[in-house]
Amino acid sequence: MPLTESLRNDILAAVPSLRAFAISLSGNADRADDLVQETLLRALANIDSFQPGSNLPAWLFTILRNLFRSDYRKRRREVEDAEGNYAKTLKTQPSQNAHLEFEEFRGALEKLPQDQREALILVGASGFSYEDAASICGCAVGTIKSRVNRARSKLAALLYVDGAEDFGPDETVRAVIGGSGG
Amino acid sequence: MKDLKSQASKSTTPGKGGLTPEIQSRIGHQLRAMYDDVVRQGVPDRFAELIKKLDAPGGAPQVEIDGGSNDNNNGRD
Repeated sequence: MPLTESLRNDILAAVPSLRAFAISLSGNADRADDLVQETLLRALANIDSFQPGSNLPAWLFTILRNLFRSDYRKRRREVEDAEGNYAKTLKTQPSQNAHLEFEEFRGALEKLPQDQREALILVGASGFSYEDAASICGCAVGTIKSRVNRARSKLAALLYVDGAEDFGPDETVRAVIGGSGG
Repeated sequence: MKDLKSQASKSTTPGKGGLTPEIQSRIGHQLRAMYDDVVRQGVPDRFAELIKKLDAPGGAPQVEIDGGSNDNNNGRD
């Protein structure tokens, strides 16, 4: 479809969340903005292939995600400067306490496997349905669901280790401690 | 809360999804807080300009999609 005024506005409206997605994926603000720019150029160059009435944000996220994946493969985490760069992107510095918690959270997110991280972000932060997330990632809905679950479990294990009892003991532990309970 | 350094104790957590609702919502909350911090920054001028430029009559400038050369000065204005 041609680049109409309203389509242009819709693309603009998607930019803030594209940036948020790009930063969450790459952990690097500068690189994220390059990704967004590349995404916009590519989207505009291929605007004819966008189906009117279909989900524009999902289409844009798909482009960005694919760009990131191919870029990622090339670079293989050569830049691991996440924390500092990310903090720079924040206009309002959170309070000290919140900031620490925030850094912890980011650090934990970075430790997730790529597949799990993107699934969690798409569903948990971008607000896409499981179906849309599946189409963005080019996989089955069930795969997205299980990635999101694994991502949550792993984050919980990384962040709230002291709350291990909250998860409930696993089978073997339960068997041991529950042995006398009869 | 314990510090993250204790990840050495990273046991073979099977991740069977035994999360309490409290922890789930805490994760969800932090994830969105992080994300929304960026969303609230709005559209940087750089991107607004880019899209505006491409909207100009005369159509989109030729864009080198493979990102090799960086010709910035196509059809300014």
